[in-house]
Amino acid sequence: MTVSIQLEVNGKPVQAAVEPRRLLVHFLREDLGLTGANIGCETSLCGACTVLLDGDAVKSCTMLAAQADGASVTTIEGLAQNGELHPLQEGFWEKHGLQCGYCTPGMILSANYLLAQNPSPNDEEIREGLKGNICRCTGYHNIVEAVKYAAERMS
Amino acid sequence: MAGVLGTSIKRREDPALITGRGKYTDDLKVEGMAHAAIVRSPYAHARIRGIDASAAEALPGVLAVLTARDVAAAGIPGVVPVGWLLPDLKTPAHPMIAADTVRHVGDAVAVVVAEDRYLARDAADRVAVDYEPLDAVADVVAALEDGAPAVHEEAPGNVAFDWEIGERESVDAAFASAAHTVELDLRNNRLIPHAIEPRAVLASYDSSTGEMTIHMTSQNPHVHRLLMTLASLGMPEHKVRIVAPEVGGGFGSKIHHYADEAIVGLCSMKLDRPVKWTATRTETNLTDAHGRDHSTHCALALDADGRITGLRVDTAAAMGAYLSTFAPAVPTYLYGTLMSGQYDIPAIHCHVTGVFTHTTPVDAYRGAGRPEATYVVERLMHLAGDATGLGPVEVRRRNFVPPDAFPYQTQVALAYDSGNYGPAMDRALEMIGYDDLKSEQASRRDNGGKQIGIGFSSYIEACGLAPSAVVGSLGAQAGQWESADVRVHPTASVTVYTGSSSHGQGHETTFSQIVADRLGIDPEAVEVIHGDTDLVQFGMGTYGSRSAAVGGSAIARSVDKIIEKGKKIAAHLLEASAEDLEYEDGSFRVAGSPDRSLALGDVALQAYLAHNYPDDLEPGLSATSFYDPANFTYPFGTHVCVVEVDTETGSIELLRYAAVDDVGNVINPMIVDGQLHGGLAQGIGQALWENAVYDESGQLVSGSLMDYAVPKIHNLIPFELDRTTTPCPHNPLGVKGVGEAGAIASPAAVVNAVVDALAPFGISHIDMPLTPEKVWRAVNS
Repeated sequence: MTVSIQLEVNGKPVQAAVEPRRLLVHFLREDLGLTGANIGCETSLCGACTVLLDGDAVKSCTMLAAQADGASVTTIEGLAQNGELHPLQEGFWEKHGLQCGYCTPGMILSANYLLAQNPSPNDEEIREGLKGNICRCTGYHNIVEAVKYAAERMS
Repeated sequence: MAGVLGTSIKRREDPALITGRGKYTDDLKVEGMAHAAIVRSPYAHARIRGIDASAAEALPGVLAVLTARDVAAAGIPGVVPVGWLLPDLKTPAHPMIAADTVRHVGDAVAVVVAEDRYLARDAADRVAVDYEPLDAVADVVAALEDGAPAVHEEAPGNVAFDWEIGERESVDAAFASAAHTVELDLRNNRLIPHAIEPRAVLASYDSSTGEMTIHMTSQNPHVHRLLMTLASLGMPEHKVRIVAPEVGGGFGSKIHHYADEAIVGLCSMKLDRPVKWTATRTETNLTDAHGRDHSTHCALALDADGRITGLRVDTAAAMGAYLSTFAPAVPTYLYGTLMSGQYDIPAIHCHVTGVFTHTTPVDAYRGAGRPEATYVVERLMHLAGDATGLGPVEVRRRNFVPPDAFPYQTQVALAYDSGNYGPAMDRALEMIGYDDLKSEQASRRDNGGKQIGIGFSSYIEACGLAPSAVVGSLGAQAGQWESADVRVHPTASVTVYTGSSSHGQGHETTFSQIVADRLGIDPEAVEVIHGDTDLVQFGMGTYGSRSAAVGGSAIARSVDKIIEKGKKIAAHLLEASAEDLEYEDGSFRVAGSPDRSLALGDVALQAYLAHNYPDDLEPGLSATSFYDPANFTYPFGTHVCVVEVDTETGSIELLRYAAVDDVGNVINPMIVDGQLHGGLAQGIGQALWENAVYDESGQLVSGSLMDYAVPKIHNLIPFELDRTTTPCPHNPLGVKGVGEAGAIASPAAVVNAVVDALAPFGISHIDMPLTPEKVWRAVNS
């Protein structure tokens, strides 16, 4: 049995028939080939699978593809515009905000949501805003710097 | 290019990773790919009475269900080997798939292969395994008690090995005449590595060629190929290619050869089609080798002046249910040999019992033995500061190996090549504002309320693993050199093929800096290839903070060979003697005749044309090196942690963390700092939050991120870093290694800080992790 869904992914319309139990992250990764959203756990805690759903940061491993019907999804692949890196992408590169890179797409998209809510967060607000995303490499020190860099660039 | 070494150039790895284009193993998709799910034991110890796979096999789309019977029928070795042997080590077999007994929760019992990931999981749940549960023992101390359930018949008393280093008699004598002694019983808590990318493998066997390509999460593809072919699958080594694509962190967990990867290889061979398996977080936590898990009694003897006269250590170290790849080396040669710390200690004895328990195997995890040793030594030094009245700073200073004593031969085998420990301590005190903090502490002690504590950790590590002859004499079944093949192309751009295999460390960036500096060219003209056994001839991989010191040195040596060959070609073309040629800023020049010179590109082109060429030289401009270091490297430093402890609730707040590290020459400061940050987070995590907890039946009750507390961003604070620089004297780059330093130093600094805060309560020790409950209980007991 499948359900048919229609949504927008990175600005492009997508139509698909999916198993009702198919997770959004598997739909994005395996059916659409958008492998930027990664899977690091099955308990909605690591945040590596974070994508934007109608502008909200959501963990795509704990959402069904069917629930995304009618929504607009942005993945890390859709963040750069016209070949220009998003300021957050630049910030993570400039400030060494990533090492292995596995958590990075989710971290950047969560930061994107944070900056949409609060364009000039202080350190504490950045740390509060990103606590749903785990990074095991950086100790977070440079992630805070990367987000500050982006906030300055975007202001 | 001059000045490129020691410069924070941005990482070339990042553009792919920040745009989602980096390809990790689970991102890969190949034609005809099937999916595997592994059926695992829910019991820590049980006999398998029977397996009924019929319900799984009946599901449409299920391709195969394999058990130990199929491993036997395949006529392959079918085991997971241990790669480091100690004298009298008990080495019970570790079958790829458990045949009649399971020995830890998560032990593989069967594997299901299906057309789809979801279907494979469904089918795995339909495999009915009839278990007869048996008594289990998960605790390292309980496993040594009389009558404890046996993990292996071959290992009476659950003892895997009994190992010692140093002289017991001289230590006994030191204690007999000591003016001060301090002692401690401690647990070094078991940790789960938690690379955010779970382990994964895509094995593609092709019966028409007899070849198999395996993409997998690996820190050392050649080591994996060797163990996979030799001990597990019995395939010829040259028929197997292992590729590590992007690897999402390792911290040791992706060094080891595991059953699961071999099982997936067997599935691909059986079905003659590609098979992929990706661990769930729970699976990876049940099967990735864990770290630490020691129970230790230790004691320090000092004379009336506060000089250390003896150190005694007795440790029971958990091995888990089977001996993992390098497991026996971790609590022995990477632990007992570090017991001298930064100190001149005339008598040391360290005794270690390796213990089988019904738990996930334990092996190298970031620091591997050295954090445990540092924790022992630096906790004792804290107590010694109190016992002697000298305080934590002076007792350390008084015992530092003096700068004129290097090379310094310790009593536990290692010879420190270089060091200068005082300046790192001085700088750390300055950064933290020690005197002001002491006054603040005194006033809080007078006034009550939240207390502050200041903790020190002056650590040493032995890294850059390591001289092959030395590790061979100690039981390693592998060499510890590194290879580098450097090829200068006809247009003077360069490709480096390195045996170091990056998984987040930024090798491509730093290795290009090494070549660019030595060859006087732009780093952008250097490509770095790693992580593929078909491209790189052999490599030992990335672990033990070895990639810059060993892998980087191999690259430097190859570049030097290229320059030597280039001089001969240039001398021929310039009609000069090769001895008169100099190489500088990308050009070969005749000494004293600056107008007679050839650029690297001119020489490279001629090397490939070979039209006008020395008779005694082969064409081409490339060089291969196998660099085997003369010694370990010995990074060191002093870390200071400041905490605030709420004695009403037991909660701890990190206020400051300052680290002064000496990692020798630095190739890319930004990357070095990043490595320190990450190590600090893991070490602070161990001290305050992380704990792999087994219940009495051997269930891992902290097996998911719901209950295993990996540090999150709001738990941590900005780190304050600085460096001193004492170059390594025995490698061409003067580098030492930095990957593990943060994790080695920080647990002791944090615990010392908390204990310091609680000194007015008469508390001298609390075992990690220092949860509010433990702190509160200590304060209220």
